[in-house]
Order: sequence, then structure tokens, then C-alpha cells
Amino acid sequence: GQEKQLAPTLLSFFIYNPKLGPKEGEEEKKILFYHPNEVEKNEKIRNVGLCEAIVQFTRTFSPTKPAKSLHTQKNRQFFHEPEENFWMVMVVRNPIIEKHKDGKPVYEYQEEELLDKVYSSVLQQCYSMYKLFNGTFLRAMEDGGVKVLKERLEKFFHRYLQTLHLQSCDLLDVFCGISFFPLDKMTYLKIQSFINRMEESLNIVKYTAFLYNDQLIWSGLEQDDMRILYKYLTTSLFPRHMEPELAGRDSPIRAEMPGNLQHYGRFLTGPLNLNDPETKCRFPKIFVNTDDTYEELHLIVYKAMSAAVCFMIDASIPPTLEFCRKLDSIVGPQLTVLASDICEQYNINKRISGAEKEPQFKFIYFNHMNLAEKSTIHMRKTPSVSLASVHPDLMKILGDINSDFSRVDEDEEIIVKAMSDYWVVGKKSDQRELYVILNQKNVNLIEVNEEVKKLCATQFNNIFFLD
Amino acid sequence: MGREPPGPAEDEAPGAAAGAGAAGREGGGEEGEGRARGGAEAGGCYLALCARPVHFEKANPVNCVFFDEANKQVFAVRSGGATGVVVKGLEDRNPISFRMEDKGEVKCIKFSLGNKILAVQRTLKSVDFLNFIPDSPQLEYTQECKTKNANILGFCWTSSTEIVFITDQGIEFYQVLPEKRSLKLLKNQSINVNWYMYCPESSVILLSTTVLGNVLQPFYFKSGTMSKLSKFEIELPAAPKSSKLSLSERDIAMATIYGQLYVLYLRHHSRTSNSTGAEVVLYHLPREGSCKKTHILKLNRTGKFALNVVDNLVIVHHQDTETSVIFDIKLKGEFDGSTTIHQFVLPPRSIQPYQIPVAGPASVTSQAPVPCKLYSSSWIVFQPDIIISASEGYLWSLQVKLEPVVNLLVDKGKLMDFLLQRKECKMVILSVCSQMLSEPERGSLSVIATVFDKLNHEYKKYLEAEQSYTMVVETGLSRSNPLLKRPVRTQAVIDQSDMYTHVLSVFTEKKEAPHKFTIAVLMEYIRSLNQFQIAVQHYLYELVIKTLVQHNLFYMLHQFLQYHVLSDSKPLACLLLSLESIYPPAHQLSLDMLKRLSTANDEIVEVLLSKHQVLAALRFIRGIGGHDSISARKFLDAAKQAEDEMLFYTIFRFFEQRNQRLRGNPSFTPGEHCEEHVTFFKQVFGEQALMKPTTF
Repeated sequence: GQEKQLAPTLLSFFIYNPKLGPKEGEEEKKILFYHPNEVEKNEKIRNVGLCEAIVQFTRTFSPTKPAKSLHTQKNRQFFHEPEENFWMVMVVRNPIIEKHKDGKPVYEYQEEELLDKVYSSVLQQCYSMYKLFNGTFLRAMEDGGVKVLKERLEKFFHRYLQTLHLQSCDLLDVFCGISFFPLDKMTYLKIQSFINRMEESLNIVKYTAFLYNDQLIWSGLEQDDMRILYKYLTTSLFPRHMEPELAGRDSPIRAEMPGNLQHYGRFLTGPLNLNDPETKCRFPKIFVNTDDTYEELHLIVYKAMSAAVCFMIDASIPPTLEFCRKLDSIVGPQLTVLASDICEQYNINKRISGAEKEPQFKFIYFNHMNLAEKSTIHMRKTPSVSLASVHPDLMKILGDINSDFSRVDEDEEIIVKAMSDYWVVGKKSDQRELYVILNQKNVNLIEVNEEVKKLCATQFNNIFFLD
Repeated sequence: MGREPPGPAEDEAPGAAAGAGAAGREGGGEEGEGRARGGAEAGGCYLALCARPVHFEKANPVNCVFFDEANKQVFAVRSGGATGVVVKGLEDRNPISFRMEDKGEVKCIKFSLGNKILAVQRTLKSVDFLNFIPDSPQLEYTQECKTKNANILGFCWTSSTEIVFITDQGIEFYQVLPEKRSLKLLKNQSINVNWYMYCPESSVILLSTTVLGNVLQPFYFKSGTMSKLSKFEIELPAAPKSSKLSLSERDIAMATIYGQLYVLYLRHHSRTSNSTGAEVVLYHLPREGSCKKTHILKLNRTGKFALNVVDNLVIVHHQDTETSVIFDIKLKGEFDGSTTIHQFVLPPRSIQPYQIPVAGPASVTSQAPVPCKLYSSSWIVFQPDIIISASEGYLWSLQVKLEPVVNLLVDKGKLMDFLLQRKECKMVILSVCSQMLSEPERGSLSVIATVFDKLNHEYKKYLEAEQSYTMVVETGLSRSNPLLKRPVRTQAVIDQSDMYTHVLSVFTEKKEAPHKFTIAVLMEYIRSLNQFQIAVQHYLYELVIKTLVQHNLFYMLHQFLQYHVLSDSKPLACLLLSLESIYPPAHQLSLDMLKRLSTANDEIVEVLLSKHQVLAALRFIRGIGGHDSISARKFLDAAKQAEDEMLFYTIFRFFEQRNQRLRGNPSFTPGEHCEEHVTFFKQVFGEQALMKPTTF
């Protein structure tokens, strides 16, 4: 009969703190956020209570590493305690195969399809993203108690959960890496020089990050903060601004600014029209270094052609229209020139290195040390989703190999013969992981090994990556 | 004196002098006086008279004073020489004294180069000679000029034995034969001469010809030959009304500027032209080809002027305002298609006040030193850098002081352009660099970048010259090119070690600047070096790393390394290894670097073994095909230390197999010193676990 695949979906997502309602009858107080909100109160309390019990119970077996997930036939629950006593729970329904038997639909839950590491990582990113824009849970409590925290959670997750797209999560969500823009030393130094001069001229700037083609070139932020900011920029902010860019210079924004024809710079956050004295200079606030200095910053994202700069300034200094105009007049022309320099240099380098006729290997590379990530498997990220160009089954094999790797410290290599002439190779060398998917007819293990060696020699010859 | 020296000249337009005051005075040296800048430089005076002048007996009715530009010597001739001649020079500090017979009034007196022969002109028709060479005839001898009815205007020595007579009807070039006490005519040329001028530096004599005197004919002398260069005409400011001599020798000077000979013409302000003041017009006089007007130096004032050339700068003294201005023809000017118009580089300043030392042992009363009257009307100026006060009996060389310039030229880029062309610039440039990096006069990063770029431009030019010289020498082409000379390293070549020692290391150690600025400066310097394709020295990278580590900016360091901004080297890789304990990713960065170097395979093995990554080390060495020559003992030692029996077994087996493959027997040779490991292996895994020799 006809078969229909139903993708995994988010069933519920909630955040609670057992210390907030320890007494019987006050259980509802523990719940800080619950999605979907329509769920009846008692069911909410029941679900939270169940999670609490599971975590408590499993703690007796492993006091330092409490349970991370619970597998059931229909769904899987993921637990995460990002701050002491604050628990986040995400319940994902397993994918279903819908069959028709005697004209009646029959549902078959696929219990083993979801990868724990992938969805645990998604849950952790939910917290990181919340923290980036709102600060820690604890800080919200200190600012205004449970009420304020609840408001913030509601405001943030109400929208954020809609963007999760659980059906297309994969290994890249585990890495949550950063794609770096390849660049020659001289152009890189020019960018350094540009950033330093901008920070000097706009002296309230505390940190700067520089991206080109949605890839990172420089981060003044620490690695972990940059990691989540990078995710926000590349999966949310930049895609939202794709359209005016594609429309070119004659986009409405540009048309309103006849005085600025000498450069292509524009604000992606903040004021839309610098010539309008009524325009609002409001920038998103972000929170960084929450473990020690706990800094609150305004995030100014400014872009010219493919080059984007993030200027982060202390939240205590609200950027004025005058400041924005100054920034536009200083940064705009220089960034425009720099962007075309980078583009030119990039094309030259590509020609020299012969990268254009790069062999068509499908691979994912990740380095835990600098979070560098490279994938030839994924399509360009769109606002909604990043699409893998290979069969989900192969992606699942990658995830499985990754899980194996994370269990041991030693260097490892795993070669898997998958269905229909596919081979999947995973290699781990020190802090680096490489996953290759090969599709060749009638090849044996030795030949596969040779192919991967070839790939390493061309792609990774300047790093210490053991064959 | 043989001829009037070109002293301060009168302005042509009689009424113009009154207006001159307005052009000068402002500043005038007072401006800087209030600054607390140490007594050495009063008010930003960038010109000074040399500290050790030549003192001579001042001119008086019985004592005649002469100056020879070629040897820079002053002659004091008492009573025609009968009561003594004293010769003193700037360079030769020991005066030469002698007597000679008084045969009449001396018109001109000069030594040949090296003080070999003395020439004395006493009449209009002849010159007398006296040998100063030891063991040569001591009697005077005389040479009359060849041309009948000609009067000798003067003479110039062009070498130790060659002399040129300039007469009103031409020039005569002689070889002096001191042994024979006679002269031999080498060449002569008939030409009507109004006046002449000699530039000893370039051995060029310039003759003023024609009625107006503005057609100049240069001659060049070299080892017995005289060559006529192409003549040229000086454009006079206004068409002369009558046919009389219109170009005075007082308005002409000759000097070598940046290795090229120039004729400098002081063109006075004329009311007919719309110029705002007098100007100095430079004519470039090449050895071959024609003379061309190339530069105009705007004086913006009128009055009496005198010229000097010091350190390739044209210095114009203005008597009315008692100030001087300087011009640098290498600095950017306004180019009008054929000539470049220059304004003076620095605001007008007076020469630094000068105290005349109270000389003589008689002055035990310790009188206060007398301030010297500067810009006195009794001053006579000679090229290139001589100022003589005939009334006080002093000869000075003029000097340019660079320290005061630093505060007068606000534009740091222009300041560097100026300083880089000066002879004694290194320490001043380095102090400018230090100054712009620290408060209170900290420069902006873009200014700092400009300065670094200018320094490195000069540095690169030298490196390139040096490199192409080395290449020519190595390829043996130097013999076919005798003109090839090793490039001279001037003070303007400020290399990385200079910058490191005098500027950057001091600056980073002071720690007064925010670390962001410190790192930005270091990166800017590295950027500039890279821009000029100069290989960056390891100690600069070390400085960057040290600064980043001090401020816990490891992620920044990581990014720099990721983009290879800090170039790979073994010392850098080792430095990174040493950081591993405070920043673990440094280990990976270090290994990557060693790998890229491709000459550090031994180091990679050592690093891996030290971390007990014995298998990884073995896989690496096998990957590069070096596993047949490695020491088995080293790997077995490391495997044993790892306290992992399976690892030890694997490594041991690997080497047994190697032995089998290389020698046909799995056992170790005594030379490999693996006995203890064999024993250990037997102990743990039993004798039967040893590999059996395979026999074919």
C-alpha cells in the first residue's frame, strides 16, 4: 500500500525550576514556560513532575551525569540543566511511517531514527540563543523575580520555537561550528587594520566581528559567544536581509539615501533611514561573557556588498542617530572598498589554487579547537533550514559515527558500507573530525581508503591530520 | 680676495624692501621659546652654526683674508705674506703657517688639492706657484696667461696638479709640473667671460657670457680633460632696458642636491611680474644633455637673501627678518607641467643663537661669552654650507638640526618624508615613532600606518638593491659591470631590529597604552612589512604572542595563527608548545605549523612521543616513509612509559616485522640497545609471543 513519511515534530517544550514550588499543591509555580500553552494545567504539572522524577531517579545511578534523554515508542524527551536547578525539556515525536491497511491508516513509530546528540545539541542551542539576547535565567530572577523571567521566556521562545525545524536537524547542529572565509594573509591584515582603525574612530565600540559571504573572518568576541552570534547572524539575520540585497542598489532603502551613492554600506540592525530625523536607532541587545564579566551590548550589524561588520558597544551608551550617521560615513566607504578588495583577492586565490576544479567529494569537517566547520554536503543556509544534499539515512550514519567518536579520546577511523554503492568514512585525528561520503560502483575498502587519502592531501595538507 | 664672494644681495626693486617685513617676522623664533623642551634647542631653531668654528685673524689693512671653497680653507695673509700666512681649514684642524716674499698685493691664494702646491695671483697677467711637496724645488715659479691682452679673473685647482685660469677672454687648463717648476697647457678655449663660478664638488666651472651675462657656459674637468657642456640661458625676470650686464654672480650658486648638480638662481621680485616675492629657480645641469629649469622655490618675501645647501636642503637666509627658510626638492610640490613649485617646508626661523667663546688664556677673568650677531651684513656665504663673519674672524659650517623639526611639522607623513632624506635621521625617526605611540601625543592608527609604510618603503628599497647586488655578484656578472657598487645603507634604512629595539619592545613593556592599541600597533607594523613583501622577523611575532598571552587573548592569537598572519617557523612552533599548559589548543596549532614546515618531522615525532602518542608518531613517520630509519629503542621507551601493555605489544611487533623485512630476522641487533625491552616483552607476553624468523 501507500506509505507516507511523517517527520519528527516538536510536541512540547518546557522550562521549570523545582525549587520554585517545592510544596505539594504549588507545583504550578515551578513551571516557567510551557509550550504549547494551551495544554491543560494538570497535564503540564504531570509532565513536569514526570521529568523531575526521571532526572531524580537516574541521578542515583550516575550522580554527576544525570539523564539526558528518555526514549519511548512515540517520542523522545531531552533534558538539559543549563543553570543550576533550571531545567529545559524538549519532547520530540518520533518520525512515523503511515501505512494503509484495509483502507485504514496505520502508524508505525520509528523509535531508533532520532539521534540523541543532535537533539540534545538543539536544546542546548535554544538556551544559548536565549542567553545571547536575554542573559541568564538567574539574572532575570535577580532583575525582577519569576515574573520578569517568565515574561522574557515567553517573549523569546514564543517566536524562537517556530524556527526550530526539527525535521532537518543533523550532525551540523551537533558541531554548531563556524565557517571561516578562506583568505590570504595580506587581505586578512588589511581587514585587521580596518577593524582597528574603526574601533579607534568609533571609540565606544568594545568588540568587532567581521564576516564575508556569511563566513567569519574575525571575531573580537570570545569563541563561545561568537559561536552563537554566528548562528544567529547566518541563520536568522542575514537570510532576512537577502531580498533587498538581491534587488541590488535600487532597493527602497538605498533610493531614499541619495547622499550615500559613494558607498553600499547599510545597517542590518538599527536605523533604516539615516535621513529621517525621526528614525529609531534601536539595536538588539546581546549578553556576552556571562560567566565572568557579564556584559550587555548593543549589536550593530552593518553591511556593504558581501562584507558584514558587527560592532558591539556597551549597552550603557545608547547609540544616537548622530553616531549612526558618523558610523555610516566612516565605515561605509572603507567597507565598500574593502569588500571589493576581498572579492577580487578571493577570486585570484581561487584561480591560483585551482579550487574551481575541486574534486566533487561530499564531506563534513569539524575542528573542536577553533570550531571551524566545512560542509560540501549542505546547501546554502536559507532562513528556514539548512538542507543536506544526501539521503537522510546517510546523514544518520554520520551522526552514529560521531557518537562513536565522542565515546573515546583516541584517534579513530570508521568505514561503513552503506546502501546502493555508498561508503561513509569517518576519521578522527586529535581534535578534528572528518566525514566523507563516497558513491562509487564496485570499489573495495582499500580503494575507499585511497580516495579519502587523496581528499586529505588536497583539502587538508596544511594541517596535522593523520592518515 | 680674488673676487667678491656672493654675499647677501640687494633687491633690484628699490621700494620693495619696505614691504619685506610683513613676509618674515611672524614666528621668528619666539613662538617655541616658551616650551619646556630643554635648553638645547631654543624656540625650534632648526639651523645652527657649527660648535667648533675656524677662528682667524680678522681682515684689517695689514691682514688680508681669503677663502678657498675647494679645500674650505681660510688664508690670513699678513703684509703680503712677508710676516706670515696662516691657513686654517674646517677639516684639517692643524693650521699651516709659512712665510713668503712680499711681491705685491695678493689677489687670490689657494692650495691645490692635498695642499701640494700653492698658487698665488698678484697681477692680472700671471699666477705664481710654490711647491709644498717635500724634497721638491722650493723656489717660486710663474705662469703668465697665454691669451694676449687678457686679464686673469681668477683660477681654480681641479686636482692636486691641475689648474684652470679664467680670464676675461676664455679659460686655460694647465698641468703643473712641480719638479720642473713649470706648467703645461692642456687645453684652452676662447670665450668672453663676465664672471665665473666654480663648484669643486662636481668639478664644474660656470662662465657668464654675452653682454647681458645670462648665458651660462659650463665646463667639466676630469683627470686632464676638459669638456664643454651645453650652454643655457637664465630667464631674467624682466626684459633689460639696456645692454648691460644683467645677471650678477651674487644671484647664482651651484650645488649638488641629491647627487645632481643644480644652478640656483635667486630671482628677485619684480613689479612687472605678478609673483608675490622673490624666488629661487633651480636649473638641473646634467653631465650629458641640456640644462633644464626644474624647480621654483617660493620665498614669498623680498629683500636681501643668501643661499646655502646643507644635507640636500636649500636654505635661504633673509637678512631683513633675520630668519631662514628651507626647501626640500624631493618633497611634493605643485607641478605645472615642466617645473615643480615648492613652498618652504618649515616656518621661518632664525639660526640658533650663538655665543662666541671668549678665547685666549688671557681671559682668566672668565668673561661671559658674547652673543654673536646673526645675519650680520659682514657675513659672507659660500657654497655649500659655509658662513664667514669677516669682521669677527669666524668660519662656520651651517647645520640642520632635526629634533626641532619634529615639533614644527605636524603632518607626520610629511615629517617622515622630510626626515628620511636626511643624513643623521635614524635616532630622530625612532624617537618620532616612540612619541607617536605614547601619550600625550599619541597618533591615530592611520597616521601610524602611514609612518610605518614610509619607513618600510625605504627599507624595502634597500633590501631590493642589496638583493640584486648579491645576485649580480653571485652570478659573476660583476666583472662585466665595473660601475656596480654595493648599495649604501643610509640612516634612513630603519629595519625591524631597529624598530623592535628602540620602539616596539619599549612601547609594549611600558604597558601604559590599552592593550587593544598595543596589539593594533604591532599588527599594523606587521601589515606594513607584509605589504612591502618583507619577511617578518621572529622576534616581532614573539612580541605579538607575548602581548596577547599577557592579556589572555588566546582566541585572538588562535585566529591570527589560523590565517597564518604569524608565519610558520620552528621557534614559533616551540613557543606555541610552551603555551599548551595555559591554552590547550596551542598544541594543535604547533603541530599544524610543524607539519607545514615539512622540515620538522623529527620535532613532530618528539612532540607526539612526549605525549605518549606512540601510535600516532609511528603512523606519522610511516606516512612520510621514514619508518625504516627510526630508532626502535626510542619508540619502545615511549610505549613502555605509556604503561599500556597492548600499545607496547603493537609497537614491539611493528619493529619485529621491520627487522624481518630489512634483515630477514625479527630479532633486534645489539646496536639497537633493545635488550631490556625484549626482556620486558618476554616477561609480559611470554617467550613464545616473540616472532619466529620466517624461512624461505
